Amino acid sequence: MSEKFDVIVVGAGASGNAAAYTLAKSGLKVLQLERGETSGAKNVQGAILYADALERIIPDFREEAPLERHIIEQRMWVMDERSYVGSHFRSDDFNKPPYNRYTIIRAKFDKWFSDKVKEAGALVICETTVKTLLRDDAGKVIGVEVDRIDGKIYADLVILADGVNSTLARKAGFRPELDPKHVALAVKEIHFLPKDVIESRFNIQDEEGVVIEMMGKITHGMMGTGFLYTNSDSISVGVGCLLSDFMTQKITPYQLLEQLKAHPSVAPMLEGGEMKEYAAHLIPEGGYHAIPQIYGDGWMIVGDSGMFVNAVHREGSNLAMTTGRIAAETAIELGRAGKAMSAANLALYRKRLDDSFVIKDLKKYKDLPELLDNNKQFLTTYPELLNRSAYAMLKVDGEDKRSKQKDIYRGFRAERSLFGLLGDAYKLWRAFR
Amino acid sequence: MHSVVCIKQVPDSAQIRVHPVTNTIMRQGVPAIINPYDLFALEEALRLKDKHGGRVTVITMGPPQAEAALRKALSYGADEIILVTDKAFAGADTLATSFALASAIRKIHESHPVTLVFTGKQTIDGDTAQVGPGIAKRMELQLLTYVSRINELDETSGTITVERRAEGGVQLLKTALPCLVTMLEGTNEMRRGSLPDQLRAARHELTRWDRVAAGIEDVTKIGLKGSPTVVNKVFTPSPRAEKAEMVTVDSGRAADLAVELIARLGQRFPVVEAELARRAG
Ligand SMILES: Cc1cc2nc3c(=O)[nH]c(=O)nc-3n(C[C@H](O)[C@H](O)[C@@H](O)COP(=O)(O)OP(=O)(O)OC[C@H]3O[C@@H](n4cnc5c(N)ncnc54)[C@H](O)[C@@H]3O)c2cc1C
Ligand SMILES: Cc1cc2nc3c(=O)[nH]c(=O)nc-3n(C[C@H](O)[C@H](O)[C@H](O)COP(=O)(O)OP(=O)(O)OC[C@H]3O[C@@H](n4cnc5c(N)ncnc54)[C@H](O)[C@@H]3O)c2cc1C
Repeated sequence: MSEKFDVIVVGAGASGNAAAYTLAKSGLKVLQLERGETSGAKNVQGAILYADALERIIPDFREEAPLERHIIEQRMWVMDERSYVGSHFRSDDFNKPPYNRYTIIRAKFDKWFSDKVKEAGALVICETTVKTLLRDDAGKVIGVEVDRIDGKIYADLVILADGVNSTLARKAGFRPELDPKHVALAVKEIHFLPKDVIESRFNIQDEEGVVIEMMGKITHGMMGTGFLYTNSDSISVGVGCLLSDFMTQKITPYQLLEQLKAHPSVAPMLEGGEMKEYAAHLIPEGGYHAIPQIYGDGWMIVGDSGMFVNAVHREGSNLAMTTGRIAAETAIELGRAGKAMSAANLALYRKRLDDSFVIKDLKKYKDLPELLDNNKQFLTTYPELLNRSAYAMLKVDGEDKRSKQKDIYRGFRAERSLFGLLGDAYKLWRAFR
Repeated sequence: MHSVVCIKQVPDSAQIRVHPVTNTIMRQGVPAIINPYDLFALEEALRLKDKHGGRVTVITMGPPQAEAALRKALSYGADEIILVTDKAFAGADTLATSFALASAIRKIHESHPVTLVFTGKQTIDGDTAQVGPGIAKRMELQLLTYVSRINELDETSGTITVERRAEGGVQLLKTALPCLVTMLEGTNEMRRGSLPDQLRAARHELTRWDRVAAGIEDVTKIGLKGSPTVVNKVFTPSPRAEKAEMVTVDSGRAADLAVELIARLGQRFPVVEAELARRAG
C-alpha cells in the first residue's frame, strides 16, 4: 500500500512553494508534486516580486534569493500609435533598504524557492502530473493519482496550487470552466543587454530598477496592458489582453507584442538586445466575482487556481504566496488542535483571507473588469485624445492656447457626448473608490 | 548480475548560448542534464535487471551539483548512486577521469562484484569517447564499443552477445563477462520511473566518495596533475563570408542553366574564370 502524507501540495509555483515551505517548516510530512521539469520551468511572470509577502514566509530572503533590481521608478504610459502621455514616479525613498519591490526572473527565483522547500523538509517530486483527486465514498479528498506507475498516494489534506488552468479543480467540480472574459493571455520576452547599457538607458545605477506600465491604443481596444521591466542584464517586455478580446480581434498576442516593441517610444529601449526567452501564459483577471469555492472536505485552493490576482495593480505572485501561507497556517493550526481537515474547519482559511489584504483589495476593484470591458472608450478614444491634446498644446505654431483648448474640448465632445464624459468620470471614480 | 553505469552531468547543449557582446560561452543559467548518451546505457542496464534481477549502481565523477544527475538516475529505477567528488579531481582530462572511475568501480566491486560496466558512446560536451575504453583498459575488461543491442546475457556460461554498429554493417559479438559496454544512441527509450521510485530518489541518502574512499593513493594520476591534455582555446568559428546561391533560368533548360552557372562562377571567382579562359586558349 502506498504511503500517506500529512499534506500533498499540487504545483510548485509561488503559491505551492509558499504553502509547502510553511507546512514543512512546522514539521508536517509534506509531498509536493510538480508537472514541470523543475519548479519554475513552467511558470511565467513579468516579473515583479513584492517583498512583503515573501518576507512573512522567509524573513531573510534578501540575503540569498536571486533578485535582479529593486524598483525605484514607476512609469505609467498612456499611448497612441506614435506617442505617449505619462507619469513617472521616482523616489529615493525606494532606495532605502529593506527594499519593497524587486524585478526577478521566475525560472531562477523558483529554483531557489524550491530549494528552500526541500531544505525545510518537504519531498519535492517533479516531472509528475497529478491526474485526479482520490476521494472516499463521502466525497472527501483523501489523496491524488499521478501519471506514473503505482501513482496513487494519500494525505489528510490536498492543497491545489496548480495555477490558472487548474484542470484538477475543474475536473473535481470545485471550479467552473474558465470564462474567456475572466482570463488574460499574456506574452513576454526577455532581451539581453549589457548592464551598463541598461543603466544608462534608464538612468539608474547599481541594483536600481525601472518599471513601465503601458496602456492605450497599443492593445487595439482590447482590455489589457503592456509592461517593460529592467533586470540586471536583461529587459522583460510583454503585453496581455483578455482572452475573450483576442478571440474577437483578428490580432495574435505575438503580433501585438511585435507592434509594442516597434513603438517609437519603446524600440530605442530594446535596441541591440538579444531575445532569449519567449513565453505565453494566462492570468486570471476575473477579480473578486470569479473567486470559486476555495476549500472543502480534505482540500484547499491557493494562488492563481483560486483566481487570486489583482489585475489593476498587476499583483499575483504576492497573493499566491499569501494565500499559500495562510492555507498552510490554517492546516497547521487545525492539526495542532487535533481537528479534522473538514470543510467546516477549513472555512477558517476563507475567513482569514477575508480579513487580509487579499480579499479586501479584490473587493475594492470588483466592478472594474466589467466596467472597462463594457466601456472600450477608456482604452481607445481617451488615450488617443489625450495624446493628441498633449501634442496640440506643446506644438508652437502661432495658434493661441485658448483656441487650442477649445479644439481639444470639441475633440472630446465629438467622440463622446457631455453626459458620456461625465458618466465615464463617475464610473471610473466608482470603480477605483 | 550487477551493472555499474557511468554517467556524466553536462550542460544542455541545446540551451547553450554565445554571449552576443563578449562572445564567450554563457554557461550560467544553462540547465545541467544527464549526458543523453548515458541514458541509453542506463536504460539497457535497467532492462537487464528487469530480466535477470540483480542490481544497478550509477556512478559519476563530478562537482557536488552532479548529485542532481544521480538522483534522477535513481528515480528511473537504479538501486544505488555514488558521487565521486573531491577538489583533487578538478581539471581532469580523459586519462585522469578514466583512472579515477576505474579505481572507484574496483572499490564497488569489492563489496558487490560487478558483471557489467556501461558507459555512453561519448559526451555532448567533451565528445572524446575515450572514457569508456580508458576504464576497460585499466580494469582489464573486454571492451564492446558502439553497441546497438544486447541480444543475450547468459549468467551460467558468463557470456554476453551483442550487436555492434560498425562501418558498413552490424557485427554480432560474443564475449566473456565481466566486460564494458559503450552504448550507442537511439537504441532504446528511457522509461518513466514509478511514483515509489520518485519518492525513494528524493529521500535517498547519497553516497559521496572522496579520493581516498575511491581507493586512489597516487595523486599524480588524478585531476590537473594527472592530465596531460591541455585545452588551449575554445572558440566559435567565425561564420563564412561567402554564401550559397541559388541559380535558376527562366527557360528551365539544362544547357542554359549550365551557361548561367559558369557565368556566375566566373563572377564570383575571377581566378577560375581567368584559368578557364587561359585553357580555352
Ligand atoms: C570543450 C571541452 C573540450 C575538452 N577537450 C578535451 C580533450 O581534447 N582531451 C581530453 O582529454 N579532455 C578534454 N576535455 C575534458 C573532458 O571532457 C573531461 O575531462 C573528461 O572527464 C570526459 O571526457 P568526455 O567528456 O569527452 O567523455 P567521453 O569519453 O566522451 O565519455 C564517454 C562516456 O564515459 C562516461 N563518462 C565520461 N565522463 C564521466 C564522468 N566524469 N563520470 C562518470 N562517467 C563519465 C560516460 O558514460 C560517457 O558517456 C574537454 C572538456 C570540454 C568541456
Ligand atoms: C506575463 C505575466 C506577468 C506577470 N507579472 C506579474 C508581476 O509582475 N508580479 C506579480 O506578482 N505577478 C505577476 N503575474 C502573476 C503571477 O505570475 C501569478 O499570479 C503567480 O505565478 C501565481 O502563482 P501560482 O503558484 O498560483 O501559479 P503558477 O506559478 O502558475 O504555478 C502553478 C504550478 O502548478 C503546476 N501544475 C499545474 N497543474 C499541475 C498538475 N496537475 N500536477 C502537477 N503540477 C501541476 C504548474 O506546472 C506550475 O508550476 C504575471 C503573470 C504573467 C502571465
